[in-house]
Amino acid sequence: MEKMARVTTALGGNTITGRTMFCHLDAPANAISVCRDAAQVVVAGRNIFKIYSIDEDQFVEKLNLRVGRKPSLNFSCADVVWHQMDENLLATAATNGVVVTWNLGKPSRNKQDQLFTEHKRTVNKVCFHPTEVYMLLSGSQDGYMKCFDLRKKDSVSTFSGQSESVRDVQFSIRDYFTFAATFENGNVQLWDIRRPDRYERMFTAHNGPVFCCDWHLEDRGWLATGGRDKMVKVWDMNTNRAKEIYCVQTIASVARVKWRPECKHHIATCSMMVDHNIYVWDVRRPFIPSAMFEEHKDVTTGIVWRHLHDPYFLLSGSKDSTLYQHIFKDASQPIDRANPEGLCYSLFGDLAFAAKESLISSDSNRKPYIGDRRHPIFFKRKLDPTEQFEYISSSSALSVFETDLESGSMDWFVRTAKQYVLAGRPLAELCDHNAKVAKELDRDQVAQTWTMLRIIYSSPGTVPSANLNHSLGKGSTSLPLMNSFNLKDIPPGIGNESRLERSKGESRSENILMDSSSTLINNDENEETEGSDVPADYLLGDVEGDEDELYMMDHENPHAEEQEYILPQEAFPLRHEIVDNPSALDHLQDKADSPHVSGNEAETVSLTPVESFSLISISHSLYENRLPPDFFSPIVRDMLLFYAEQGDVQMAVSVLIVLGDRIKKEIDEQTQEHWYTSYIDLLQRFQLWNISNEVIKLSTCRAINCLNQASTTLHINCSNCKRPMSNKGWICDRCRQCASMCAVCHHVVKGLFVWCQGCSHGGHLQHIMKWLETSSHCPAGCGHLCEYT
Amino acid sequence: MEEGEVRWDGLCSRDASTRDAALENIRQAVLRRIAQNSPVKEDPPPESSEGHLASATALERLNEMLARLLMLSKRCPFRDVREKSASILSNVQELGIRIPRPLGHGPSRFIPEKEILQVGNEDAQMHTLFADSFATLGRLDNITLVMVFHPQYLGSFLKTQHYLLQMDGPLPLHYRHYIGIMAAARHQCSYLVNLHVNDFLHVGGDPKWLNGLENAPHKLQNLGELNKILAHRPWLITKEHIEQLLKTEEHSWSLAELIHAVVLLTHYHSLASFTFGCGISPEIHCEGGHTFKLPSVSNYCICDITNGNHGVDETHVSPAGSISTTESFCEVEALMEKMKKLQECRDEEEASQEEMATRFEREKRESMSVCCSEDEESAPTRDVSRHFEDTSYGYKDFSRHGMHVPTFRVQDYSWEDHGYSLVNRLYPDVGQLIDEKFHIAYDLTYNTMAMHKDVDTSMLRRAIWNYIHCMFGIRYDDYDYGEINQLLDRSFKVYIKTVVCTPEKTTKRMYDSFWRQFKHSEKVHVNLLLVEARMQAELLYALRAITHYMT
Repeated sequence: MEKMARVTTALGGNTITGRTMFCHLDAPANAISVCRDAAQVVVAGRNIFKIYSIDEDQFVEKLNLRVGRKPSLNFSCADVVWHQMDENLLATAATNGVVVTWNLGKPSRNKQDQLFTEHKRTVNKVCFHPTEVYMLLSGSQDGYMKCFDLRKKDSVSTFSGQSESVRDVQFSIRDYFTFAATFENGNVQLWDIRRPDRYERMFTAHNGPVFCCDWHLEDRGWLATGGRDKMVKVWDMNTNRAKEIYCVQTIASVARVKWRPECKHHIATCSMMVDHNIYVWDVRRPFIPSAMFEEHKDVTTGIVWRHLHDPYFLLSGSKDSTLYQHIFKDASQPIDRANPEGLCYSLFGDLAFAAKESLISSDSNRKPYIGDRRHPIFFKRKLDPTEQFEYISSSSALSVFETDLESGSMDWFVRTAKQYVLAGRPLAELCDHNAKVAKELDRDQVAQTWTMLRIIYSSPGTVPSANLNHSLGKGSTSLPLMNSFNLKDIPPGIGNESRLERSKGESRSENILMDSSSTLINNDENEETEGSDVPADYLLGDVEGDEDELYMMDHENPHAEEQEYILPQEAFPLRHEIVDNPSALDHLQDKADSPHVSGNEAETVSLTPVESFSLISISHSLYENRLPPDFFSPIVRDMLLFYAEQGDVQMAVSVLIVLGDRIKKEIDEQTQEHWYTSYIDLLQRFQLWNISNEVIKLSTCRAINCLNQASTTLHINCSNCKRPMSNKGWICDRCRQCASMCAVCHHVVKGLFVWCQGCSHGGHLQHIMKWLETSSHCPAGCGHLCEYT
Repeated sequence: MEEGEVRWDGLCSRDASTRDAALENIRQAVLRRIAQNSPVKEDPPPESSEGHLASATALERLNEMLARLLMLSKRCPFRDVREKSASILSNVQELGIRIPRPLGHGPSRFIPEKEILQVGNEDAQMHTLFADSFATLGRLDNITLVMVFHPQYLGSFLKTQHYLLQMDGPLPLHYRHYIGIMAAARHQCSYLVNLHVNDFLHVGGDPKWLNGLENAPHKLQNLGELNKILAHRPWLITKEHIEQLLKTEEHSWSLAELIHAVVLLTHYHSLASFTFGCGISPEIHCEGGHTFKLPSVSNYCICDITNGNHGVDETHVSPAGSISTTESFCEVEALMEKMKKLQECRDEEEASQEEMATRFEREKRESMSVCCSEDEESAPTRDVSRHFEDTSYGYKDFSRHGMHVPTFRVQDYSWEDHGYSLVNRLYPDVGQLIDEKFHIAYDLTYNTMAMHKDVDTSMLRRAIWNYIHCMFGIRYDDYDYGEINQLLDRSFKVYIKTVVCTPEKTTKRMYDSFWRQFKHSEKVHVNLLLVEARMQAELLYALRAITHYMT
C-alpha cells in the first residue's frame, strides 16, 4: 500500500487527493454512489447501508442509515443513488419493490424520508434527474418504470415497457425529457418523460438481458449497454435508427458500465459472475482492456467514478464486503504484458506476421529471400490529442509472405508415386527403374540412392570365409571414411556414399591406382565446397523449395562429376593417413551435428591399426571380395531414417518395400508402421487411391496390411425378388433362384457384371465382350440387338 | 451383424421408401423367427432342459420383437409404419402365434386415454415434434404424448433433452444415460430407469454397471452423494461437496463435466416428478407395458391395482369422483373470486415487513406439515433399488427437524443473472436452452381456467412457482406469501408437495382430488410448472455451491 502512488488533481478549486485504498464493510455491497463533491460515498446492500467519507488515506464511516431494531426488507437495497444536485438527497431501491428516499438533513437518527410502494416486484434501479431536483425514476422487475415527484406521495406517471423486467433506467444527459430503459429480453427503449403511453423508440441491443446502460458524459448522444451475452455495445442515438458503433467482447456477463470522465472513448465495466476484475476499455480497441483493477476477491457489484471531471479515481464495492478506491496509476495494464507479435498461416500457405514497427524496420535491411514477396502494410494509430492518459503507442507493421505456388507444388511427389515400381521385378531392375524415374524428375540424390541400393543388394555377394577377417579389417577402413563424410555434410552425404559405392563397383575394371594422387586434390577441394556451402544452401533451399541450385554443379559439369564417380577408393585412406591428426578429426566433428558422432569417432579411431595395410592390398581385397549385403544394413537404415527425417517418407517407404526382408528387421516395427501410415495418408490426400492400395498390399507390416481388410462388407440384393441375399452362397433363399447368371456360360457372376441397358441381360464382362465380337444378338436369345462399346 | 437380428433404425428415417424397406426387413425377420420356433412348438419338445431353454429364449426374443411392433403400430408418428406393423402383427396372429396387447390405458394412468391426443390426429406442428422425437430416439415415449398438451413447451423440452443426451458435451454418452438412471432411481422411477437402461445399453454401456452403483466407475460413485442430496435436500449442498468432487485425483471431475452432470441430475429428478405426477404408464414395448395374456384373464392391469383404482370404467366415467358438479363449479368460481380480490386489495392492505417475513416462514413451515397421509409403502419395482444406496435418505422437512437453514434469497443468486452465466460459461448453449425452457414453462398460459376464458392466470402460476421454491427454502423478497394461502387449497398443496418431494408416493386419488373441475391439460400444465420450478430450485443450490467453490 505504501508504495502506491499518491495523486493530486485540482478540479476547479476542489482538490482530490488519494491513493489506492480500501475498507472492510460488514456485509456484501450491492451498489455504491458518490456525493456531488466527491468527498463521500454511500454503500448499499442487503444488510448494509452506510455513508463513508473519503479521506486522503482511508475511508471513514460517517453514518449508518440502517436504524431500528427490526430488520426490514425496506433496507435491503438493490440499488442506491445520490442526487447530483442536492447532497442531502438519496434514493434506494429495495428488493421487495419499495422505493425509499432519504434526507440527510433530517435531525433525527432515522433519515428515511418517503416510501413508495407502488412496484409489485423488486426494483432494480433508481435514477435521479440530472438537473431536476424532485424527479426520480425507478425501474422494476414487474416491467414498469415509474416517475416520482418527491413533493408528492405517489408516482406522477407509469411507463409500461410491455415486455419484460426492467433492469436499468438512465436519464439522458443531453435531453431533458428523455430516458433510456433496458430490459431482460434484450431490448432498449427510449422514453419521453411527458409521454407515458408509448416509448419513443425501441431496439434490440443484446441477446438475453441487458443489465445496464450509461449515457456518454459529454454531449454526444452515445449510449453504452452491457448484457448477459458478455458484450458492451456503444450506440449512436443521434440518427433515426440506433446504430452500433463500438462493441467490446468481455469474458463474463456485464453488470455495470460507466463512461470514464474526460476520456472520450474510455468505459469502465465490471461483471456479474465469475470474473472479479474491473476493466477500463478503450472502445476503439476492444480486444484488450487498457486498464485493469484486480483488487476484489468476489464479484464487483458497483463502480462509480469519484468525480464527474476526474478520470483517475474509481470507487468500487463488491460482494467480498470491501470498498475500494482505485487509482489509475496503480492499474495494471494488460497491454504491457501482451505479446505484440502475431503470426498466422492462411489457408493457402501465406504467412502473415505482425510486429512492432521498430522491430520490423530494424531487420528490414536484411536481404530478403528470392521467393519472398513481402507486402509490408503499416498500420499507424493517430494518438488522440484529447487523451490524457498516457497511451502506449500501438503502431505495428503487418507483413504478408506469399507462398510461391511452384515451390509448394508436390508435383514431383505425385509423379514419383505414379511411376515408381515397387514389386514384380527383380530387385536390380526395380532399383534401376526407380533411379531413372528420380533422375527424370531431377532428383539426383534419390536417383543415386537407388543406384547405390542396386549395387549393394543385387550383386551375388558371398564372402569367402577365408577372407572374412581380412575383409572385415578392410571394411573398418572404408566405413569410417564414409561415415566421416556423412558426418561432414549430411544432405549431400548420400551422394558421396553412392559415389563411394559406385567407385567400388566400377573401378574394379579400371584399376587406376596411381591416379589417386592427382585426383586427391580435386577431391579435397570438392569436399571443401560441399562441406561448407552446400549444406547451408540446402537449408535455404528447403525454405524456397529450390533443389536445383543444390546440384548446380552436377548439371554444369557432368564430366567432372563422372571423374568423381570413378574416384578410386584409395584416395580416401590415403588422404586420411595424411591428415590423420586429432585436430582434423575435431574439425570434422565440429561441423557435424549428426547423432552418430560418438559411434563414428570410435570407428575413426579404429583407423590406426589399419594404417599399416598397404594400399594395394586394401584395394585388391575390396574389389575381389564383395561384402555381405548385411554389412550395409546399418547404413541403409540410417539412410532411410535420414529420408524420413527430411520429410521424404515416400523414399523411405519405397525403399522399404523394394528391399523387403533385406532391411525389414533393421528397423523397428513401430517406425515402419509410422512411415507407412504417413505415406498412405499422403497418397490418399493426393487421391492416389490405387497407389495407396498397392502400398498397403505390399507392406509387410501386419498393422498396415489389415487396413484393407477392415469394414468391407458387400450387401447383395437378389436380382429377382430384390430382397437382400443372405450371405450363404449365391442362391436367393426366397425365390430359390440363382442371382445374376451369366447369359453366356450360365454361371453365377461374382465379379464384374455387365448387362445390356435394352434387354437387361448380361453376364461376365469377358464373356459378353467375346460374345458380342462374333454376334450382335443378345446371348440370352431374347432377340435384342445388343451393343458393347 | 448376428444372423436374424433386426435393425430398427431404418424406421426413424423421414424417407418413406427407407422406412418401407426397413419394415419389410423386420417382417422377414419375424417370419424367420417364427419359422425357427414353429417346429419346437408343434412337436413336443425333447425332454432335455437345454433344448427347452433354447426355445424359451428364442421365444422371448420373438416376443420382444412383437412387443416392439405393437409399440410401433400404436405410437409411430408415421402412418405407413403404424399400418404396416399392425398388419404384420395380424399376419403373425393368423399363423397361430399369440401376440401381445397393450396393458393399461394410454400413456397415463391418471388421464383417460380418450383425453389424450391419439397419434395420427396431431396437427402439423405436433407432427414435426413427434417426427423429430421419433427420429432421434426411435420411439415416441409416453412423456412426450402427455406433454403434447402443450406443444410449445414440448418443443423446448425435447430440444434440451436431445442436446443433453446426444449432442456435444463433456461427458461420454453412456455416462449421461447412467447419470439419468441414477437420478431417476433416487425416486424409484422405474419408468425412466427402464427407458434409460435400454438407451444405456444401446450406446454401448457396460451391462455390469447396471447391477448397482458399486459396479460403476469410481467417478460415478463419487457422484452418488451429490445425487442423493440434490434429490432430497438440495439446501444442504455446500462448497465442500463440490470440492470433494473436483479435487485433483484419479477419479475427479472437471468443472464442465460436473455442470453437465448436475444439469442431468436435476433434469431427471424433476422428470421423475412429472412421471409420477401425471401417472405415466410403462412404455408398451418395455416390461409391464404389454401382456400376452388374453383379454379375458383380467380386467385390471397391475398398475391400476397397486394404485388403488379398481376398474377401468370408474375412472373413465367421472374423473371428478362423486362430488357433484355444482359444488366443484363453485370451487373454480371461488378461486377466481379470490384472485380478483387479491388483485384489487393489494394496494390497500399493506402488510408490515415483519408480517411478510412471518408469512414466508409460516408457509415454509406449513409446507412441511402438509404431508401425504397415505403412507402406503410402494415396494420398489423390479431392480430399481439397486441403482442407489441409502434408501432411507429421503426428503426431510428441514425446519421440523430442528435444522435451521438460512433462507436462500433469490435476489442474491438468481437463475437469470447468475446461474445462467455460470452454466453457459462451462457448458455452452445449455444455459440458453434451459433458460428458454424455464421461460416457456413460467409464461405459458392460454388465459383459461377450467370453463372460463380470458383469465389472467399469472398470479396463480406465480403462486405455484413460489410455493415450490418456498418448500426448498428459496424466498422472493418481493412476494407476499399470504397469496399462496389464499390461492392454493389444501388438497392442491398436498399434491404439489408429494409430487415435488416424494413423487413415488403420488396416487391417482391425489391427482383427482385437486382442482376437480379443471381440464387434464391444465393439470399437466401444473405439472410442467412443478417440474421446472423444482429443477430451477435444485440448480440454484448446486450452482451456488459451485460459484462459492470458484470464488
